[in-house]
Amino acid sequence: MRTSLGEKILDLAVSGFLWGFRILIVLIVVLGTFLTIRAGKYTGEQWIDFLVFGISQGSIYALIALGYTMVYGILRMINFAHGEIFMSGAFGGYFIATWLTVIGFMDKYPVLGLIASMLFGMLISTLIALLVERIAYRPLRGAPRLVPLISAIGASFFLQYTFRGFFGPGVYAYPSMKALEGQWNFFGIGILKVQIVVAIAAFIMMAILYSIVMFTKIGKAMRAVSENKDVAALMGIDVNRIIVTTFALGAAMAGAAGVLYALTYRQVNFFTGFTPGIKAFTAAVLGGIGNIPGAMVGGLVLGIVESVGPALFLDSLGIPRPYQLKDAIAYIMLVMILLFRPSGILGERVSKKA
Amino acid sequence: MSILNLDNVHTYYGNIHALKGISINIEKGEIVTLIGGNGAGKTTTLRTISGLLKPREGKIHLNGDDILKYQAHEIVYKGVSMVPEGRGVFARLTVLENLEMGAYSRNSKEELSRNMERVFTLFPRLKERRTQVAGTLSGGEQQMLATGRGLMSNPSVLLMDEPSMGLAPVLVELIFDTIQQINKEGTTILLVEQNALMALSIANRGYVLQTGEIIISDTAENLKKNPTVQKAYLGME
Repeated sequence: MRTSLGEKILDLAVSGFLWGFRILIVLIVVLGTFLTIRAGKYTGEQWIDFLVFGISQGSIYALIALGYTMVYGILRMINFAHGEIFMSGAFGGYFIATWLTVIGFMDKYPVLGLIASMLFGMLISTLIALLVERIAYRPLRGAPRLVPLISAIGASFFLQYTFRGFFGPGVYAYPSMKALEGQWNFFGIGILKVQIVVAIAAFIMMAILYSIVMFTKIGKAMRAVSENKDVAALMGIDVNRIIVTTFALGAAMAGAAGVLYALTYRQVNFFTGFTPGIKAFTAAVLGGIGNIPGAMVGGLVLGIVESVGPALFLDSLGIPRPYQLKDAIAYIMLVMILLFRPSGILGERVSKKA
Repeated sequence: MSILNLDNVHTYYGNIHALKGISINIEKGEIVTLIGGNGAGKTTTLRTISGLLKPREGKIHLNGDDILKYQAHEIVYKGVSMVPEGRGVFARLTVLENLEMGAYSRNSKEELSRNMERVFTLFPRLKERRTQVAGTLSGGEQQMLATGRGLMSNPSVLLMDEPSMGLAPVLVELIFDTIQQINKEGTTILLVEQNALMALSIANRGYVLQTGEIIISDTAENLKKNPTVQKAYLGME
């Protein structure tokens, strides 16, 4: 094949631009970090605050990202309604938490109350995910890959506006849990209780999911189906049942994440799922989509960079409100990873099957 | 007693008429081979029996039971197991996990360990590699794994698709010896092969498939002497 001079120049221009972009980002990161540390504007305690917030936020992203990555692993499809599944879990948790607070249960048994709220949120999320799978995805199995993707976006809007229809556009304030107010002190450093509880709960959920996928018969079957559906069927595995299980597990994780997210921000409305949904999708791509440990790592990395990044990279570069740019940092990371390492941090086999 | 019977089976890929009325009968305890060139419909026949493809016409009976009403995963429960073309091992699962997947249709723990022992006796190499991820095995070891995995459901009929593909002659011999061994232990075998000479040397009977039709069916002995077979599939003039 012969390429014309014009094409060559275009190629050069594109790769030149990409290199420029890379160098610019590296410069901002290195220079910003250097200047910030030299300026010493933030104390060690503040850095630890950023870090802990990042870990707690990142563990929520990780929980949501698991759903994206597991469904992608099995169906090669991005379930764009996953953010709304997460939101429905936050709503489910809201109603049970409010009720438990009103009857006084939450104050007496905060741990049990929290677990009950999470379980109920997980239940709601799972039910909605199973409905979405049955109605919007399963009839399109075998259609070109763009079709279920469009259906997923439709399902996402449908769920948002259904919730808006039922619960209105307003914000529902989560009940305050006395047990989660205030801080715990570690070696003289105060850390918000809610952040620790959120991170611990999220890590427990991830450990449970990981054990299911690695060690149970159904988990092994999930991995087998994600490699080769035909051969899995030849083993006697009911592929449809495994797909449904995958949706259910991913949704349960998202539902738990919804309650944890709402505990952090103390509110929920019909649009709550949108931003965390996209962030978690970014996290899944960051870690290597289809890769379960990758989703966990990607979530944590994204959460930490987003939390520490504005202060560390941007503050000393004369940007007036660096915290307004934390979403921009997340999406720049998405663009960077897609441009320079599309297989993600832990992935190595993304487009093999495409 | 007929264990597997295909009667006038027509299978299509979209509009392509891949199997044009195939009838095959397999008796319990036999090794039957299906030989033919590329695109003759050998793999299609196996995929139709295992339920991955549904024929538009015809009947398939297993022990007198019409199996067309079952989905692929249900047919495994009826006692048919397939070792797919190109081995199809789960590359990111360990050897042990692959074998467990082969036994997915079986729930008894004792049966699992008994079948696992049987596979490890047939292929001691797999026992050495049991914790290794299947993608890191050599081609021959992957074929052993695929064969062993096919046995884990304790099938009455084992369908084997091109087990010799891409293997060194020594390994081909080993695999074919094992096929005979498996057959002696009571499993009926339908073997699809391009390596017709090897296949006919262990089979009782054979069918020759050409562009979706069976053109010859005879005992293995007679097929080896048949001039058409000699010319087209055994490379003799």
